[in-house]
Amino acid sequence: MKDIDDNGIPHTTPRQSATFSNDINSDIRRAAATGIYDIRGGGAKRKVPSFDDLLFLGASISRYPLEGYREKCETKVTLGTRFAKNPIELDIPITIAGMSFGALSGPAKEALGRGADAAGTSTTTGDGGMTPEERGHSSKLVYQYLPSRYGMNPDDLRKADAIEVVVGQGAKPGGGGMLLGQKISDRVAEMRNLPKGIDQRSACRHPDWTGPDDLEIKILELREITDWKVPIYVKIAGARPYFDTTLAVKAGADVVVLDGMQGGTAATQDVFIEHVGQPTLSIIRPAVQALQDLGMHREVQLVLSGGIRSGADVAKALALGADAVAIGTAALIALGDNDPKWEGEYNKLGTTTGAYDDWHEGRDPAGITTQDPELMARFDPIEGGRRLRNYLKVMTLEAQTIARACGHNHMHNLEPEDMVALTMEAAAMARVPLAGTEWWPGKPGTGF
Amino acid sequence: MQTFDLEENGLRALNEALHAQADDTNQTAWEIVNAKGSHAIAVGLDAPIEVTVKGSTGYYCAGMNKQATVNIHGSAGPGVAENMMSGKVVIEGDASQYAGATGHGGLLVIKGNAASRCGISMKGINIVVHGNIGHMSAFMAQSGNLVVCGDAGDALGDSCYEARLFVRGEVKSLGADCEKKEMRPEHIEILKDLLEQAGSDAKPEEFTRYGSARNLYNFDVDNSGAY
Repeated sequence: MKDIDDNGIPHTTPRQSATFSNDINSDIRRAAATGIYDIRGGGAKRKVPSFDDLLFLGASISRYPLEGYREKCETKVTLGTRFAKNPIELDIPITIAGMSFGALSGPAKEALGRGADAAGTSTTTGDGGMTPEERGHSSKLVYQYLPSRYGMNPDDLRKADAIEVVVGQGAKPGGGGMLLGQKISDRVAEMRNLPKGIDQRSACRHPDWTGPDDLEIKILELREITDWKVPIYVKIAGARPYFDTTLAVKAGADVVVLDGMQGGTAATQDVFIEHVGQPTLSIIRPAVQALQDLGMHREVQLVLSGGIRSGADVAKALALGADAVAIGTAALIALGDNDPKWEGEYNKLGTTTGAYDDWHEGRDPAGITTQDPELMARFDPIEGGRRLRNYLKVMTLEAQTIARACGHNHMHNLEPEDMVALTMEAAAMARVPLAGTEWWPGKPGTGF
Repeated sequence: MQTFDLEENGLRALNEALHAQADDTNQTAWEIVNAKGSHAIAVGLDAPIEVTVKGSTGYYCAGMNKQATVNIHGSAGPGVAENMMSGKVVIEGDASQYAGATGHGGLLVIKGNAASRCGISMKGINIVVHGNIGHMSAFMAQSGNLVVCGDAGDALGDSCYEARLFVRGEVKSLGADCEKKEMRPEHIEILKDLLEQAGSDAKPEEFTRYGSARNLYNFDVDNSGAY
């Protein structure tokens, strides 16, 4: 385009609207063409304050570091010490979050079990029940107790090493799920007691209890059924972390799992994922505060999830008071989800590597989030398990590196005082000083 | 007959004792006294035993039951026989909300009335209610049979799947995607059998069958007003 017209008058540079951006306009066109809101998998893609906005200080004259290759930095964590006869002992403070068979293929679930097992940690079932693949390959398996109760049965409940009562999910606090008909194979349909090929809605709240007083009785029932042997987790979304953590503890949880809005889901409305919930960074301190106010910090363990990607994220979560973290999306990427080697096939689906999120459609080129036998055959569960193990090991080494640099011989000795924030928002959310200052917004006694 | 005083010995001891019964146990008859509305009585049973609770129960009595027969000589609190897999639960009195929720199998008999959300998300259980049932019953009911000898409240069978709903009396209103269905000979047979098992003298021919219209099975924007 010429800068001036034929009369010598300069053109105004074409200007895109910040409000009606190309992305937004494409959403509007898609809605107008289909009449259906956009459903997708994954977590929030918008930029939110995150652990990237925090830095560790490392050692100095006042604190001395530990030698990276000689001095021990312990990573073990025990979950469920409050009431359970058999708490779960993990070698690393990184667990695998709940992902369903149905959303994932059987081999993908097997790979998660293999990888977690090799790294000394636990995996978690999801909506749809427990499969022999994941029980067989996971020596520590957490059984999710979900509102839909698809595949729920007492035999599997007793086979579990822990039970996770799912109240909310970071990607969709207050929302249920939807598994579209194309992923409902014979096996998935049978496990869920529903006809093949229909859209399977997962309820947003439990069918037989409402409110914290009922939850307390529900937890009692689960404990009685399992003879008080296994820990009971309560998973909550990052909606009202202070009050929900308080109520979960009051209801008798052994462990609180707290999930921020970057946490993934198999499928829900895009508008839900991007506009409901809070960032992971913002929810941990209120939850820890609730535990401290109850005198239950470390007594009831806190597992944080939602966009955890690296050992740095692990270290930051633990420094802010978590006992462990859980990963979902990152584990899928380690298995091979969104791998550039499938770029040509992503292009055929109208997307590109890194952006593929239509997991609910069952056409995953990587063969992980599908029930299509041909696509599933692309995925090798043994190789996938090896990759996940490697990734978990690297994350652990990274987190240990940071902890040692801060002078700690156990990951749980990391503390907020080891960090500063790069932005005002992160400082306020994490309640650590803005870099170069001794202050954060809301700091007691500062009058601001 | 094993008699267990719940007040004296506690809930944990009760359920542990019941869980310890093997398939070939000769302690097949249990009586629980001083139940006093306690929660989680006789949950997670998995043996062919018969447990009789003298008095009313709190939440989740006979939850996740397999094989066992549980008789409640009183009324039952919320979530009685929730997620039952097999066996039989009989309530002489009334049942509170969520009776038989998500049940996969077995027979739940309520000789009085059932409150709201009876049979919510049922997945194969059979439920026979001699009296009336409350609103939103059989919500998202997937499979199994719900038989109501009295009346049904508002929004019966809302968003149900393949469950069969039989009501002898009035239905205050049907929920989304629930409709009146033809009563065929096989349904008369199902009803006859269930009524007999439940000790009801109601006649199968007096019932009307309801079930899913299957219009909401796959999302269609033209149906969005129904949600």
